[in-house]
Amino acid sequence: MTLSLAPDSRLRRALGSEHLAGWAFALPAVALIVIFGIVPIVWSAVMSFQANDLVSAPHWVGVANYRALLHDPAFAASVRHTLLYTVIFVPLSVAGAMLVAWALNRKLHGVRFYRLAVFVPVVTSTVATGIIFLWLLDPVFGLVNFFLSKLGIPAQGFLSNPNQALYCIVAMTIWGWLGFDVIIYLAALQGVPHELIEAAEIDGAGKWSSFRSVVLPFLRPATLFLVVWSTISALQLFDEIYVTTRGGPLGSTTVVVFYLYQQAFQFFNGGYAAAIAYVLFLAILVITIIQLKVGGRRIYSNT
Amino acid sequence: MATPTLIGADRPLDFEALPDKRPRHWPFSPWHLFLIPLSAAMLLPLVWSVITSLETSADAQRFPPVLLPSSLHFENYVHAWNSLPFGHFFLNSFLYAAATVAGNLLFCSLAAYAFARLRFFGSNLVFVLLLVTLMVPFQVVIIPTFLIVRKLGLIDSVGGLIVPNLCGVFGIFLLRQFFLSLPVQLEEAARIDGASRLAILFKIVLPLSAPVLATLAIIQFMWSWNDFLWPLIIITTPQHAPLQLGLSMFQGSHVTQWNLLMAGTVMSQIPMLAVFLFAQRWFIQSIAYTGIKQ
Repeated sequence: MTLSLAPDSRLRRALGSEHLAGWAFALPAVALIVIFGIVPIVWSAVMSFQANDLVSAPHWVGVANYRALLHDPAFAASVRHTLLYTVIFVPLSVAGAMLVAWALNRKLHGVRFYRLAVFVPVVTSTVATGIIFLWLLDPVFGLVNFFLSKLGIPAQGFLSNPNQALYCIVAMTIWGWLGFDVIIYLAALQGVPHELIEAAEIDGAGKWSSFRSVVLPFLRPATLFLVVWSTISALQLFDEIYVTTRGGPLGSTTVVVFYLYQQAFQFFNGGYAAAIAYVLFLAILVITIIQLKVGGRRIYSNT
Repeated sequence: MATPTLIGADRPLDFEALPDKRPRHWPFSPWHLFLIPLSAAMLLPLVWSVITSLETSADAQRFPPVLLPSSLHFENYVHAWNSLPFGHFFLNSFLYAAATVAGNLLFCSLAAYAFARLRFFGSNLVFVLLLVTLMVPFQVVIIPTFLIVRKLGLIDSVGGLIVPNLCGVFGIFLLRQFFLSLPVQLEEAARIDGASRLAILFKIVLPLSAPVLATLAIIQFMWSWNDFLWPLIIITTPQHAPLQLGLSMFQGSHVTQWNLLMAGTVMSQIPMLAVFLFAQRWFIQSIAYTGIKQ
C-alpha cells in the first residue's frame, strides 16, 4: 500500500504482503495434510515395491508384489466379488432412488412420515446396520425366514449360504444408502420447472416416455454424480462385510478392501497390501474417468 | 449445468413440487400403494431390533419369532451397558467427533480464506496438490498413516483417532467455494479501516458463513461418529474404543445373545437418531449441499 522507496522496501513489501499472511493461514492445514495425506500416498507407493512386515526394516523387492497379485487366486476372487457387488448395487440403488424420489416429491398425506422412513437409515451406522441384518437374516430365528415360511418357502441360509451372502450384502447396503441417493434426487428435482414435472404426470399413454424425454435430462447430472459416487463407495466396501460375514462363508464375500485389511493387519504383508491399495486406486480412477467421459458426453448432448 | 449437488445452502428445500393428483374415482392417491410397503420395509429392521431388545433371551431364540413380547425387559439395556464400557464408548466417540469438528472448522477456515482471498507464493500449486489427495481412497494411505501414528506414540488412544483427521481437504474446498461467493467489498472496507486479516476472517467472513460452517460441522460429526475402519486398526483396548468399534467388540462377546446385542445396538444409535430427528432439515440440507455421506 505504501509507495516508500526505502532500501528495505522489497523486504518489507514481501513481509507485509499476502505471501506471509497466506502461508501463515494455510500452514497448519497444509502441514496436517502433508503429514497424513501426501506423505502416506508417496510412502504407500514406495512400500508396494518392498517386503514390509510393518515391524522390521523393509527391503526392496521390485515389482514382485504386483507380479504375485497377478497369480493370486484369492485376490482374483476378491476382485470378482467386488465387481459383482458393484454391478448389482449401483444400478439398483440409483434407479430405485430415482423412483422413490419421484414418488416422494409431491404433496401427499403422510409424505413427511414416508420421507422420514426413507432417510432414517442414512444416520444408522454401518456397524449397527450389519448387526441388525445379521439378526433379520438369521437362518434359524430370523424374521425374514419367518415371513418366507408364511409364504410356504423353506428357510434360507442367507448370509451363511455362499450362494446368497453377497446378494444379502447388496440388499443390506441398499437399505443403508437409499435415503442418501433420494436426498440428492429430491434436491435435483427442485431444479426442474413445475410445468415440466406436471406434464410428465399427465395420465394416459406415453407417461414413461414423457418422463424420459422431459424430466430425465434434468436429472442426468445428479444421476452421473450418484453413479460415480456409489461406484467409488461400492469398490471400497468393507464395514458391512467385517461385521456380518468376515469375508465368508467359504470366502464368498471377500471383497478387495477386506482382503487388503487381512493382508495388512492380520498377516502383516504391508508391501503386498500397499500393492493391492494402488491397484484399487488405479481401478477407481479408470472407472471414474470412463463414467465421467461417457456420462458427461450424454449430459452435454442432451441439454 | 453446474454440479447437481451445489444447490444454494440458503435456499430451503421443500420437496413438494407436485400437488396430490389422483385418478377419478380413487379415494386416495395410488402412490400410497407404493410408499406404504416401502416405508414398512425401511422401518422394519429398526422396529424389529427395538422389539428384540426388549424380549427375554428365551423369547428372542424362538421360531416362529415372538412378534409382540408379553412383557418388556428394559433391564436388557442395563445388562448391555454394564457388560462392556459403553460409557467410555460414548465419551470416546464424542471426543473424537467434537475434536475433529473443531479442528476442521478452524484449520479449514484459515486455509480456505488464504486460498480464496490471498495471492501467496505457490498457492495455486499447493491447492491443486490438495485436490489430488481428494481422489485417493483411504485404503492407499491407511498403512503409512498407521506407521506414522505409531511413531507419534498415539496407537490405541483417542488422540490417534483425532490427529490424522483434524483437517480434511474436503472442508477446505467446501469453505473456499463459499468464501469466493461472498462480496469482497465488505472486507476491503474493513481493510482500509486497518483491520487485520485475522480480524476480517473472524469478524466478517465467518459470521456470514454460518450455513456452510454448520454443513461442514454436521458432515464431519456424522463421519467421525460412524467411522469404523480407522478405529478398528489402531484401537485394541475397549476403554479407548469409540462407539462403532465398541459395538463391534460387543457383538464379538455376545454372539448368540440377540436380545442383549439388539439392546446395545439400539442404545448406540439413539444419540445420532435423536439429533437427526431434532435437526432433520439441517441434516438433509447438508447432505444435499455437499453430496457426502460418511
